[in-house]
Amino acid sequence: MSNQQLPEHPDFLWRNPEPKSSYDAVIVGGGGHGLATAYFLAKNHGMTNIAVLEKGWLAGGNMARNTTIIRSNYLWDESAAIYEHALKLWEVLPEELEYDFLFSQRGVMNLAHTLGDVRESIRRVGANKLNGVDAEWLEPDQVKELCPILNISDNIRYPVMGATYQPRAGIAKHDHVAWAFARKCDELGVDIIQNCEVTGFVKDGNRVVGVKTNRGTINTEKVGLCAAGHSSVLAEMAGFRLPIQSHPLQALVSELHEPVHPTVVMSNHVHVYVSQAHKGELVMGAGVDSYNGYGQRGSFHVIEHQMAAAVELFPIFARAHVLRTWGGIVDTTLDASPIVGTTPVENMFVNCGWGTGGFKGTPAAGLTFAHTIATGTPHELNRPFALERFETGALIDEHGAAAVAH
Amino acid sequence: MLLISCPNCGSRDETEFHYGGQAHVPYPENPSGLNDREWAEFLFYRDNTKGIFAERWLHSTGCRQWFNMLRDTVTYDIQSIYPMGAPRPDKAAAAPESGTASTAADSTTTGSAAPSIAATSITSTSTAPSTAPSTTQSGTTAPEGATK
Repeated sequence: MSNQQLPEHPDFLWRNPEPKSSYDAVIVGGGGHGLATAYFLAKNHGMTNIAVLEKGWLAGGNMARNTTIIRSNYLWDESAAIYEHALKLWEVLPEELEYDFLFSQRGVMNLAHTLGDVRESIRRVGANKLNGVDAEWLEPDQVKELCPILNISDNIRYPVMGATYQPRAGIAKHDHVAWAFARKCDELGVDIIQNCEVTGFVKDGNRVVGVKTNRGTINTEKVGLCAAGHSSVLAEMAGFRLPIQSHPLQALVSELHEPVHPTVVMSNHVHVYVSQAHKGELVMGAGVDSYNGYGQRGSFHVIEHQMAAAVELFPIFARAHVLRTWGGIVDTTLDASPIVGTTPVENMFVNCGWGTGGFKGTPAAGLTFAHTIATGTPHELNRPFALERFETGALIDEHGAAAVAH
Repeated sequence: MLLISCPNCGSRDETEFHYGGQAHVPYPENPSGLNDREWAEFLFYRDNTKGIFAERWLHSTGCRQWFNMLRDTVTYDIQSIYPMGAPRPDKAAAAPESGTASTAADSTTTGSAAPSIAATSITSTSTAPSTAPSTTQSGTTAPEGATK
């Protein structure tokens, strides 16, 4: 566990400018993905006359609500490529952004509880290795060695039969990641405009030429949507549909404890994922609520279910108290893979569908989406994640394949 | 936890139910005539309404019957529960003489501009729901949920 202190930072990391009447590009959504996109547009493509519009406060949506897990152990080649690229960026970003957001590569373990899990896990370890992703298969005693508080006895409903392990995976301080990107964006000249809600789009034929907001109309040549759970709402304003369903996803933290949990443990089968934050909270999440929802809250039985799983796997958690629970709105696709690319509207681009796993993809989403916006064509890494795959049938089905329900 | 009034069993906890997604999505009338875009629409594209949403639920640990619900996806308030095959109650009231046509408007033309994806798919998706509910309504055995 790290005893590192979070860095002190100045009172203001970015300006709060009034929106200008026009920009070369407008990014809708001031969360991690929107800020990363703006950063890479400015840094890699020299587009600095751009704005990020955020309807609330900066990084107050899913960027503030996720469980901060970063990993790249996906089964399929397309996913491994983009998530591994993201992980490589995570490894250099603290230096590049000159901001230590405590990226802690403490490893991520994905438990196997059934023979089917074991076979799937070993297959995935092999696939990961072929794709240059670090991965190991652990037997139960090795699981215990790495995470002593895990119950590996066989007297529980779903005993631990082993785990995959990615040593380079880990967690980071999500708020600080957003602030790091925001500060660099601001330095590069990007306008970050909070409390600016998009209410519609101005189109010339099928080409977007402006964004209507509660703070006036902003002319722009290009629009990039980074609105996660609200992507469908924006697409509808622009006149097209997305194969997205928005669901509540909840997470929770315990009160602070001394360091007991040295890594990140995820279990797909009993369904909980747990890490311990730098300050000492146990951070847990699980699956989405079944129904469509925009309410940023879910049902309590979902939390009860994940707590039952957590307590069985980690008996010492039984007396920990829940400090806080919350929900975000995640944008799920039917193949559990993101959509990054062009849209039926000219000069409008979309980055969405990251579902329950968008945080880890932040740097790669930003890099590839910026490339797509700047050049009008996808980056090699996001080409397979085009909207068209739902027509061609070239789905990237990570649903059963990803290390955890996703 | 939602408290859901099953039309057959009365009020029960949400944990007894299974969610079935958007209601009023009929199987294509002419499946062999659909192009890839239209199949994509049927298989993968569903409304993702922020506000009042018509959706299907199954009382899976009770009577095991499907039913439809109007629910606000922001407040989660349940506004109405109605049988499979019946038109949306709110849209039916707004357009009493052709309540079934409203599902087409709901699914394809809520945006101010017409969706710019291939025009063929618009016509086909808007004709399909507008005709199909009336078919299922008159049919006695096959509400649209029966195929799921």
